Amino acid sequence: MIGGPQGSGVDSSATTFARTCASGGLYVFGKREYHSNIKGDHSYFQIRVSEEPVRSHVDEVHLLATFDKETLEVHRHEVVKGGAILYDPSLFKPEEIQRPDCLLIPVSYGEIIQATAKQFNREKDVMKLQIMKNVISVAVSLGLVGFDFALLKSTLEGIFKGRRAALAPMNIWAAQQAYDFGAKNWQAKYLHQLRKVSVPSGEKRIMITGTTATALGKVVGGCRFQTYYPITPASDESEYLESHPEFGITVVQSEDEIAAMTMAVGAAMTGARASTSTSGPGFCLMVEGIGWAGMNEVPVVVFNYQRAGPATGLPTRHEQGDLKFVLSASHGEFPRLVLAPADLEEYFYDAIDAFNYAERYQTPVIVLGDKAVANSTQTIPWYDLGGVHIDRGLLLSDEDLAVLVASEGQYKRFKFTESGISPRSLPGQKGGIFWLTGDEHNEVGHITEDPDNRTRMMVKRMHKLEVAAREIPIEKKVNFFGERDADVTLVSWGSSKGAILDAMDVLKAEGIRANFLQVHMILPFPTDFVAQILSRARRRVNVEMNFSGQLGQVIREKTGFTMDASILKWNGRAISQNEVIDGVKRIVKEHESKVVLTHGT
Amino acid sequence: MELKAADYKTDTHNDWCPGCGDFGVLNAIQQALAEMHLPPEQVFLFSGVGCFAKTPHFVRTYGCHTLHGRSLPFAVGAKLANPELTVISLGGDGDGYGIGAGHFLNTGRRNVDMLYMVFNNGVYGLTKGQASPTLKRNVQTKSLPTPNINDAINPLAVALAAGYTFIARGYAYDGKGLRQLIQAGINHRGLALLDVLQPCPTYNTVNTKDWYEGIEMNEETGVKKSLKPRIYRLEDETGYDPVVHNPDDLEEVSKKMLQAFLKSQEWGEKIPTGVFYQINLPTFEDRLKERVSARQKYTPANMPIYDPATGTPNLDISEALAELRVC
Repeated sequence: MIGGPQGSGVDSSATTFARTCASGGLYVFGKREYHSNIKGDHSYFQIRVSEEPVRSHVDEVHLLATFDKETLEVHRHEVVKGGAILYDPSLFKPEEIQRPDCLLIPVSYGEIIQATAKQFNREKDVMKLQIMKNVISVAVSLGLVGFDFALLKSTLEGIFKGRRAALAPMNIWAAQQAYDFGAKNWQAKYLHQLRKVSVPSGEKRIMITGTTATALGKVVGGCRFQTYYPITPASDESEYLESHPEFGITVVQSEDEIAAMTMAVGAAMTGARASTSTSGPGFCLMVEGIGWAGMNEVPVVVFNYQRAGPATGLPTRHEQGDLKFVLSASHGEFPRLVLAPADLEEYFYDAIDAFNYAERYQTPVIVLGDKAVANSTQTIPWYDLGGVHIDRGLLLSDEDLAVLVASEGQYKRFKFTESGISPRSLPGQKGGIFWLTGDEHNEVGHITEDPDNRTRMMVKRMHKLEVAAREIPIEKKVNFFGERDADVTLVSWGSSKGAILDAMDVLKAEGIRANFLQVHMILPFPTDFVAQILSRARRRVNVEMNFSGQLGQVIREKTGFTMDASILKWNGRAISQNEVIDGVKRIVKEHESKVVLTHGT
Repeated sequence: MELKAADYKTDTHNDWCPGCGDFGVLNAIQQALAEMHLPPEQVFLFSGVGCFAKTPHFVRTYGCHTLHGRSLPFAVGAKLANPELTVISLGGDGDGYGIGAGHFLNTGRRNVDMLYMVFNNGVYGLTKGQASPTLKRNVQTKSLPTPNINDAINPLAVALAAGYTFIARGYAYDGKGLRQLIQAGINHRGLALLDVLQPCPTYNTVNTKDWYEGIEMNEETGVKKSLKPRIYRLEDETGYDPVVHNPDDLEEVSKKMLQAFLKSQEWGEKIPTGVFYQINLPTFEDRLKERVSARQKYTPANMPIYDPATGTPNLDISEALAELRVC
């Protein structure tokens, strides 16, 4: 774990450490926590490294790197016995740290920076060079755990390139001093060591965050138009797309989320695959536009990276409180698909699927992500595009449109069909003129308040959801892990997946057999499959990052099954592997029916 | 093929009140499009919500009747995704200057090449005559329980401050003048605001057709008397040149803006119509083309995203993945 004031480079030092480990074949999971503040407030980054795949964070800290007072004061009690604490001896005396059971490593940041400045004739820039505390803390840490310095060096060369290439020699020199200090003076005394492992030939891995995973999925999925209004934690995705104009995506920063939504809908009507990304407060403003798109059968994709609400809530913290809101957002009723990706692979592939579903069923698709995955870093396999395909649904070519008009006399945008899906023309196409309106309308798209038409049009639109339920394969809707027969069946959605999967192995070793049902698609809801699993479950437990167990409620509504117990957390911090283990034990061994988790800083 | 106004008409039932100013605006739109020989399938007409917002249903082009106040962002999205279309956004005074005021201002920052026409009658007709943002303070129409307590905004002055590059006012009963203004607004390369004074005969019993045209009725005898019309055309007044001839000449720009601002304040005995201000500046589409080079060859709407025969996506992310590769 590394911490420091916001804006002091905590993220980049954590990323440097993570990349270095990952380049040595280790698996990495990183969790980022920060305040709603530009500069000065405490932020920290937790990196978990392993020779086996890791998908979550743990509560114990084995190595705490600090260069300010606050990080040490806030986190020192999270360090395990025998763990190491890096501290600045100009800020603390060892006894003030009050952790005699830990390896206390005084890192004289100031001295190393002075020496570096002298070496590179930059003595007058010493103030500017304070940022090198980050590199120094990373290098001492890697020396301490005995990791290969050459990997750190190449990571730094990868970071300091192009315009910043001139900074590379100085940073590498400082890193070498710091690394040697850690390796020579402390490595032998430290229990936890990391070594490079070989990667199976042909295996390629990337290290990515949730917002970038979504952005790249959108690129592959053919997104041509993205709108956004700045909001944490969603903006990173749009900014990534904006900073890569080579993908050819038009990115528009709008005046508010109402415009973000309606601009995306306007673009989608012309045939461009269009989307917008936001968080809960922005989603609130988008609701009227989503309803309009549902009424007019416009294929548009909306990402909601949930954060703690209501109102501004905890603007930079995690929660899964928007599920029931998103399922019914808007007055009136219209069909919508709601996907809930849970990890960095699902974020990528769901972005592609979302556009396909939107065009196939001609209706809004909402992807419900969350802050935990949005800001998490993880090593995952290079994305395989082998099975990826684009499905544009009933989009009419000029030729097909001409044939249709010739046979039917007039093009009808909302023609009644068996599936409820009508062939779709695009503005500019001759013969395809349509009218759209937020009012109820007839097949051509003109306003009508005729009761029979209303009855049929509602059936037409809502039926599309039934068609989607039938057509979309079950493996896109749920994931089931573990043996069928188990002591406890965990049911969850979204980012808790990683912690649950990591916890299952530990639970098994401790004699508790758990299996796990991940609900990936919330609408159309995989009712039969979920009911079948739950009917055989001995103990049904929903694990959710919200107050009221919203998925549990949805499951009860859809299947009639109630949960036997719940593991819930709403303190703004994502669930850890330990917390899942602890929660399951309390339910299985102590028969608690509701476990409220509260860990996290 | 010769296009006539009739080619832009639909047979959809029109439910506006008899004598509504909207009829004049509708006719002017249809005639303007016909005279410009714009193929109906190349035009995308947007509206917000209100009586006026039914207009697209009466025009045979691609039409989109959106949400209250949101005509502009819908239209902007469509125009940016397919700049080859002629996009016209229609708003109302409550719709565009009230609930949609944020979009009215911020669209001014973008100079998207399209026309925004606002049907301005001072009242919310469809909800039975409440005061809109353009009704003057202390005016009491028949439908108001008390005189209007709010001040009115001046949409032309707001548009000037917001960055609109073509600012004009039309009058619903000046068919020819309105037609010409619509055409000028469409032809203007950039964002054009055309505010149209459009009397509501049912609810705005103050700013009526007679009022605009200087006709006074003797309440006792019912006899009408023509006085001086309030409405006049700027082009008929000598010496008013709205056009900035050299957009790089900041002094000329300031002068023309000041002139337009002062002219926009004129109300009461004399109400000017016509073009108040016009400047030629790079459009938002120009700026996007510089950033996203794919836009030089394609529109977002027609950019190929896959091979239709196999369904394989054609956008390559291998370089981006290589940047993220760790081992």
